[in-house]
Amino acid sequence: MLDLSAINAAYGNVQVLRGLSLTAKPGEVTCVMGRNGAGKTTMLRAIMGQVPVTAGSITLNGQPLHSLPAHEVPRHGIGYVPQGRRLFGELTVAQNIQIGLMTRQKGAKTRDAVLSLFPRLRERLSQRASTLSGGEQQMLAIARALCLEPSVLLLDEPTEGLQPSMITLIRDTLLTLKSTGVATILVEQRVDAVLSMADHIAFVTHGTVAETLQNTNLSSATPQFQKYVGV
Amino acid sequence: MDFGPYLLLALMEGTVMAAVLALTAVGLSLVFGVMRVVNVAHGEFFMLGAVVAWFVTHYMPGPPALAFAAALVICPLVVGGIAALSDTLILKRLNYDPEATIVATIGLSYIFQQAALTFYGPDARPVEAPFNLRLQLPWFGYSGYKIAVVLAAMLLLLAVWLLMTRTRAGLIMRATQLDRNTARAFGINVDKVYAGVFALGAGLAAVAAVLIVPIQQAHYLMGHDPLLLSFIVVIIGGLGSLRGTLLAAVIIGLSDGVISVFFSPTLAKILATLLVAMVLVFRPQGLFGAKP
Ligand SMILES: Nc1ncnc2c1ncn2[C@@H]1O[C@H](COP(=O)(O)OP(=O)(O)OP(=O)(O)O)[C@@H](O)[C@H]1O
Ligand SMILES: [Mg+2]
Repeated sequence: MLDLSAINAAYGNVQVLRGLSLTAKPGEVTCVMGRNGAGKTTMLRAIMGQVPVTAGSITLNGQPLHSLPAHEVPRHGIGYVPQGRRLFGELTVAQNIQIGLMTRQKGAKTRDAVLSLFPRLRERLSQRASTLSGGEQQMLAIARALCLEPSVLLLDEPTEGLQPSMITLIRDTLLTLKSTGVATILVEQRVDAVLSMADHIAFVTHGTVAETLQNTNLSSATPQFQKYVGV
Repeated sequence: MDFGPYLLLALMEGTVMAAVLALTAVGLSLVFGVMRVVNVAHGEFFMLGAVVAWFVTHYMPGPPALAFAAALVICPLVVGGIAALSDTLILKRLNYDPEATIVATIGLSYIFQQAALTFYGPDARPVEAPFNLRLQLPWFGYSGYKIAVVLAAMLLLLAVWLLMTRTRAGLIMRATQLDRNTARAFGINVDKVYAGVFALGAGLAAVAAVLIVPIQQAHYLMGHDPLLLSFIVVIIGGLGSLRGTLLAAVIIGLSDGVISVFFSPTLAKILATLLVAMVLVFRPQGLFGAKP
């Protein structure tokens, strides 16, 4: 279980997260929604150790993560799919996958399992990542994170700019992972995507979680969507 | 001597120059490419390589060839170690801020120069070549050692290329170069990579200096020319592009050799600097660099 407890985080002097708390449990998808600039990406970067946490704590199964150097966080089994994908564009698909595998010294078995989730990538292994289509790039970004065999998966707007067929594929993949017990934090702006996957929804404004909804009353969440996301 | 053989001689001198320059410039290019650090102290790492080579060959007993072979191994290690230390103690603390690191490496270059002046002295001192072989061509004799320098440099460059393209360490360096934050999110210890790349860059300059020091004596101010020429090569080749750096080293090395032999070394430097100015005006990404 990943637990963020009242964290503050800042870029230099600019404080972005203010007492933000959130929990991600195994086999559950926690969706995070909020307007542009609310601090969703910053929250994920704080978990990854890329933004300093100035107060509060981030723990994984009780073990503190916030005091670790950034490169040690993923070694605890936290897979990160950043906003905008952030692939190593000049490297090949195979090399991007290999970097994912190296994180936790995984081998051919993991590689095969990941590639069988995304057969399209297997056909493009020697192609440069930057030459893939948008949907394929997103598959690769997810595949690269799955190479860690993560127990926690962080995804930042993975459906941004993708076709409906690709969104369905990504949703099915996430639901498969969920059934294997992965704890997922999904930052997502599309209400339909959220409703079809979320166990919980956390609404973020001004760097803090203002309200959380459980899966039982998602369908009656229209006022919250309007208030926090504006749709 | 007739024009033909004279040109051949000039080209051979230019090839030796190009080989050593390529090694030095690849070190500079690697550091800039991966770390985005403009290392003004690069010439002093070259100088330290030559000076340490003098100490090793001077104090090591046994045949000169063996002492020279030892210098080839010891110098890049010592200079690489100094570089890694400079990275950890100074550059890292500046957060690799582009302007601050330029000032810091200027400072470092003075420290290294003055340290060499203090412990090594103001004299230029020769290092004996590991072997004395004269290659007799129909028109003139040529130093077999110089040919060995070219071959050794080519082997080392091949090794660097294999390291960057075929090994795990190379993959890690390239990932760090492309996106250091994402590299961190995949367990890459960027601090360690930076220290290693800075050491590798300095080690390449040092090994180039060991190769050249039997031809050109070791002196505490000898870092200036390699620094200037490396910058010229890296700018012409395209910042951070290894292939461009190699090609530019060949062009600059050969033309420097030819112009130096036929006219004067000063004219060679003037023309090279002019070429850089033209490149910066008309093709800022370098002759072989990708468009930004
Ligand atoms: N590197 C940075 N340095 C300084 N401020 C930053 C940096 N990155 C983000 N910010 C600021 O932090 C705030 C939160 O940004 P963040 O990217 O976390 O928002 P977000 O909720 O992910 O928005 P979006 O929906 O647009 O992705 C914004 O005001 C932004 O301007
Ligand atoms: Mg964002």
